[in-house]
Amino acid sequence: MNETFQSTASGAASGGPLLELEGVQKSFGAVRALRSGTLRVDAGSIHALVGENGAGKSTLVKIVAGVYRRDAGAVRFQGGDVDFRSTAESKAAGIAVIYQEPTLFPDLSVTENIFMGRQPVRSGRRIDRRAMVAEAESLFARLGVRLDPRRPARGLSIADQQLIEIAKAISLDASLLVMDEPTAALSGVEVERLFAVARSLRDEGRGLVFVSHRFDEIFALCDTVTVMRDGDYVSTEAIKDTTVDALVAKMVGREVGELFPKTPAVVGDVVLDVRGLESAGVFHDISFSVRAGEIVALAGLVGAGRSEIARAVFGVDTYDAGTVTLLGKRVAPHRPRAAIRAGMAFVPEDRRKQGLVTEESVARNIATVIRRGLARGGVLTTAAETRASGPWAARLEVKTSALDMQATTMSGGNQQKVVIAKWLATNPRLLIIDEPTRGIDVGTKAEVHRLLSDLAGQGIAILMISSELPEVLGMADRVLVVCEGRITGDITRADATPESVMRAATDRSGATTDAHEVVTA
Amino acid sequence: MTDVLERPHAASTPARVVAGLVRSREIAVLSVLVLLVVATTLKNHPFLLSSTGWRDLLLTPSLLLVLAVGQTVVIITRNVDLSVGSVLGLSAYFAGRLFIDHPGLPVPVVFAACMLFGAALGLVNGVLVAWGKVPALVITLGTLYIYRGVFLTWAGSNRINASDLPAGFLKLGTQQVLSIPVLTIIAAAVLAVVGYVLHTARSGRELYAIGSDPEAADLYGLKVGRRVIAAFVVSGALAGLAGVIYDARYGTVSSGAGANMELQAVGAAVIGGVAIFGGSGTVWGAAIGGFLLVTINRALPVVGISDFWQQAVVGALILAAIVLDRVLARRQDRRLVAARDS
Repeated sequence: MNETFQSTASGAASGGPLLELEGVQKSFGAVRALRSGTLRVDAGSIHALVGENGAGKSTLVKIVAGVYRRDAGAVRFQGGDVDFRSTAESKAAGIAVIYQEPTLFPDLSVTENIFMGRQPVRSGRRIDRRAMVAEAESLFARLGVRLDPRRPARGLSIADQQLIEIAKAISLDASLLVMDEPTAALSGVEVERLFAVARSLRDEGRGLVFVSHRFDEIFALCDTVTVMRDGDYVSTEAIKDTTVDALVAKMVGREVGELFPKTPAVVGDVVLDVRGLESAGVFHDISFSVRAGEIVALAGLVGAGRSEIARAVFGVDTYDAGTVTLLGKRVAPHRPRAAIRAGMAFVPEDRRKQGLVTEESVARNIATVIRRGLARGGVLTTAAETRASGPWAARLEVKTSALDMQATTMSGGNQQKVVIAKWLATNPRLLIIDEPTRGIDVGTKAEVHRLLSDLAGQGIAILMISSELPEVLGMADRVLVVCEGRITGDITRADATPESVMRAATDRSGATTDAHEVVTA
Repeated sequence: MTDVLERPHAASTPARVVAGLVRSREIAVLSVLVLLVVATTLKNHPFLLSSTGWRDLLLTPSLLLVLAVGQTVVIITRNVDLSVGSVLGLSAYFAGRLFIDHPGLPVPVVFAACMLFGAALGLVNGVLVAWGKVPALVITLGTLYIYRGVFLTWAGSNRINASDLPAGFLKLGTQQVLSIPVLTIIAAAVLAVVGYVLHTARSGRELYAIGSDPEAADLYGLKVGRRVIAAFVVSGALAGLAGVIYDARYGTVSSGAGANMELQAVGAAVIGGVAIFGGSGTVWGAAIGGFLLVTINRALPVVGISDFWQQAVVGALILAAIVLDRVLARRQDRRLVAARDS
């Protein structure tokens, strides 16, 4: 009896719906990032939003914030329909958002960063700097932050920047506060302070949305939780009615399909051997090896440090300690050219920016890496490029009527094949591929996967980074799970399940003490 | 728990101001300027210590000063306005035509008309940059030639001569108040107003924010497009003003008026510590930079340095300013990281 009374009381403490989303859709080109975004946040409550990478959480947050405009569906805020066309509009309506990546002005002072656009003014609309600094100091006192409010934002750690973002959002005095993974870079004490502030905001009757991968924090802080998967709404329930296992099952619950034509390949000798790789604040004590014919997946959450590890192995980024050995020979750090010569190939995450010269022809793109070998007397002719790239394009079935077509006019899948072709022309022994099928439609995805499988069959060692769990489970012979800069799981194909990988990816034991050093991507 | 906020650098306000001054770029450039004037005067006393020497020292930079202030407003937003030289020329001719075609028009009306005219040309630049999403370098390079072309077509073989201009207007070019030339006072007033707005108005601070990180400015909900357009309008209006000053100072306008002035304006801003990638720098610095640039050009012949070396010295000055910026920025980065970790 008493219990029933209490639960009714706590139910009454939270007000009516503050924010409601129904069937919100958003596509970027051919990719449907959000199919049925549905969310209901009550005033006076903290609502968790969970899902795998690519589940559509950040897209949903950005629609609420006015960064993106929805394609379809309804958004209601404080009872009225809204369609924010800009962040200014959502801000004016009373919504504050802390984005995943801090967005500060490095040249301006910490104080100006907090109050930009709404600085306190004196007569004559002069900015009252003294009042502004005083307000910043009282905000920092509330958050327990020790920062000189007058110093420029340049040079601050990610954690400090995130704290400034939080101070900024709180100072907006908004009725809805959305936090997209605010704790990723914070230490335990800072997280506690943030939570105390979040609870006091809730008790003032405001609504909060908390996007996070950390189940311990979700269960400690939130009242309700909404699960999303592949851009779809899955469920909403009270935190006290659910468990970590139930949430994980909902996040991943899906068949690992026949989309992934992985054929078993003969696994040969060790091709890549990484020992004790260390980069302060990014990753720690990374050791693993990849054998010929083996596909090893680096799995983990966005920002866990997977891409950074791959970039360090290839020599794009430098590292503080450790060794990278390819075919028994040390590869010098921070020397991509040496890595290519040693037999490495690297297909980066953002192929438009990093992998392709999009304005150039397909032939030239394929020939870029091997151009030195093609040149005759220092002169590189288009004919030579076309001759050299033809077989590769044919082999990868790049669907382009002619090799002189501009790369930018092709679909994402074909672009990706061009990038892979470019690297295969160097005869690599190790292929590092970051997000092989990001932004590629489902049909072409399978082709890229078949290609990777074929390459492994030919004895190439493949290190694949993927945020898509089905891809990881479908393609990899072995899954290395990275969490907050450490390898927290080495799972064989037989043992790899959505649950085991997600469990390792959110495992913070052993990483907690270093949590504040981890840099989000 | 005592949650007293400790300030890592609990320096008193005056101490902070003094420390800021010592480190400031403006003071550094000003010191070079003072040294230059002193050295040149020691070599050739009339350079400063004569009534014309004193007047020319203050008067000659006024034109570039106005342009450099406008250029700085644009550069702070991570843009550049290369059309200001052409706008200056067009406006100078426009002012001349006004005096010829409408005799008796009050001088302040001509000033206002030319500033409006320049503002309109700046508006074209701003709209193309903000809405066309094309880099300002390309847009204003285009309008540099277009405006110059309009000028050449409009003026034809005509030129404005001193005899076309009213005597009262020409007097402005030589008049002094308390031994300070009027044109210099106008330039100083422009500098003071723009400097004040950039430092203390929300709109001014937003220009810095936009230049510091345009994407973050979007996420903040700042009206980026509108502010960038406003910056170009200010730059255009000041180039228009500079056109009238040109008339008052030189009395004649030929088709070459204002040519290459845009590069001097950019040079002045860079020497004065305005970051070419936006977000930092002051109009005070740019003004001192402009002063230094003009004065060096006048001082070097006095001390007997050949034409070739005069150009080279200006170039070296710009390079030195950029190198100094990099060195100081790196030192400051280290200091800021150290301050964080302490």
